Amino acid sequence: MNSFKIIFDRDTWQEIFGSIQKNKVRTIITVVGVLWGIFIYITLSGAAKGLDNGFERQFQNIAMNSMFVWAQRTSIPYDGFKTGRAPQLKIQDVQTLQNNIPAIQFIAPRNARGIFGQPGALIARGSKSSTFNIYGDFPEYTKIATKKIYNGGRFINKADIDNARKVCVIGERTKKELFEKDEDVIGEYIRVDDIYFQVIGVHKYVSGGGFESDGDVFIPFSTFKQLYNTGDNVAWFTIAAYDNADVVEVEKKVKQTLKRIHRVAPEDERAFGSFNLGEIFNRIMGFARGMTLLSLIVGIATIIAGVIGIGNILLISVKERTKELGVRRALGATPGEVRMQILLESVFLTFVAGIIGIVLGAFTLAGINAATVNLEDFPYTNPTVPISFVLGALAIMITLGTLIGLIPAQRAVSIKPIDALREE
Amino acid sequence: MIQLKDLHKSYQMGNSSLHVLKGINLDIKEGELVAIMGSSGSGKSTLLNIIGMLDLLDEGSYELDKVLIKDLDETKAAQYRNRFLGFIFQSFNLINYKTALENVSLPLYYQGVSRKERQLKAMDYLTSVGLADWATHLPSELSGGQKQRVAIARAMASEPKLLLADEPTGALDTKTSYEVMDLIQKINNQGKTILVVTHEEDIAEMCKRIVKLKDGVIVEDKKVKQVLAAQYV
Repeated sequence: MNSFKIIFDRDTWQEIFGSIQKNKVRTIITVVGVLWGIFIYITLSGAAKGLDNGFERQFQNIAMNSMFVWAQRTSIPYDGFKTGRAPQLKIQDVQTLQNNIPAIQFIAPRNARGIFGQPGALIARGSKSSTFNIYGDFPEYTKIATKKIYNGGRFINKADIDNARKVCVIGERTKKELFEKDEDVIGEYIRVDDIYFQVIGVHKYVSGGGFESDGDVFIPFSTFKQLYNTGDNVAWFTIAAYDNADVVEVEKKVKQTLKRIHRVAPEDERAFGSFNLGEIFNRIMGFARGMTLLSLIVGIATIIAGVIGIGNILLISVKERTKELGVRRALGATPGEVRMQILLESVFLTFVAGIIGIVLGAFTLAGINAATVNLEDFPYTNPTVPISFVLGALAIMITLGTLIGLIPAQRAVSIKPIDALREE
Repeated sequence: MIQLKDLHKSYQMGNSSLHVLKGINLDIKEGELVAIMGSSGSGKSTLLNIIGMLDLLDEGSYELDKVLIKDLDETKAAQYRNRFLGFIFQSFNLINYKTALENVSLPLYYQGVSRKERQLKAMDYLTSVGLADWATHLPSELSGGQKQRVAIARAMASEPKLLLADEPTGALDTKTSYEVMDLIQKINNQGKTILVVTHEEDIAEMCKRIVKLKDGVIVEDKKVKQVLAAQYV
């Protein structure tokens, strides 16, 4: 009989089931070992993936390779200037930066009131009024930080900028405080520091994106300039690099260029401040990747331990079954058939245990997911195990099950039938 | 059926070597019922093991049904055992988690006989030893005599040329022993060659020929008038 015929022969399996059923306790203990291993593996790697997804979700509304750059005070005298000078970012810097650094995809210069100590804008409608942060923005801003605008509305566009239109995008809270509950706000007018602005959109607030809030009001950059007389000044740049660019390198180049424009010592580290989301994101994703790797290692180690357990128990059972195996040999079982039987027992037990473990692990992950689905702050979303991980684990298990099974199988074959039968 | 010429066998026991069989010459014809007798240590079990291809001979030659048995690896020995030989053991050696029927069909499984045919054949043999009603019982539910009859049915199932019985009545009381011997005699009368290793005189006398071994050599080889076991049953 060749080995393929043996594997697909119903009688082979009957023999195997027979001997597996013979000792239920042994079978259960064996199975639990591997089951536990694959269960840990699936749960851990699923949890790691969930963490990974969770982090991604936290950052979903901002480009991963983006950064903020703002001016601080110089710390080194240079080019005739004393230290402590505050360089002022200008709208003209945008063109210079884009010309010098091809890795930059978008630059959104921004101005704001209400943060960094200045008072916000008084927003009023009829008799209701409140103070909100106000930003002067370019349409590019939404390319870097996604702004979800409620149906019917839009964000600032190029025409708004060109014509310095008095239009604004308001926040959910702004709407709630100034308008009635079911009032249509698009096209309505509100007063921003006593100037009438038309509402063109309401943005949906998404947590996790820096200092913004649900009450922010966005107006065109050019309108902001006229309203607050900021000239060409820019409070900070929001910059997004191309996906394949090295964000740390881009950040360095941006600062170098700004230093050159604003006549700041090249070695002055304090003149410009920056916050590199890409770098932070890379670190967090690195952590998540580390978790995935760790869970892989721990999971596979546990599987190996389980499979070794199977080998161990089969080894004992071969010893227990010395006589039976001897009888089989006397009745005409070839060493190959005996080896195949023990081997298939090992592989079969491993496989069944693996499948049960995968199913239990999947249930556990589903349970954890159901329990955490409403926790916004908990970075844990949609824990899944890639099918390649599952198949890989199964492959590892079957390979190990075979290899480990070889030991008891070889032991079973090495017992001479005459010795097996003599034992009484 | 069996031709042994100048058979030698020794075992290595640490540094010393134990010469167990010292030149056995034996010729057994088809249809014989031979008792091999001898005290323990006389080499009778070793002789049976060599004939049963469970052990290898050192010197001499062994022919079974005109096939010279030599250079056996385990696989070949297993195939020969399966084709030529049926074993009956003192302690029955039934597989305890298999039913009587499954036990009997096991050698057929290793012969590659199809499942259906296997079960039919096994049932035939169980019927022939009078245990058809016990087919689905486990060995633990059978009496000693019944177990040995299942074992005999199992040995017969592969239609061997030779039945080898190693103390087949050693674990049975006298009455059951005679029942088993009666069965063996009946099988022999149908033409099967049977070798029985025993140290009990009354069992030996139920055979047609007695070969006595002492210290590794045949000291006596005589034909006897067979005592029929049926008269005691």
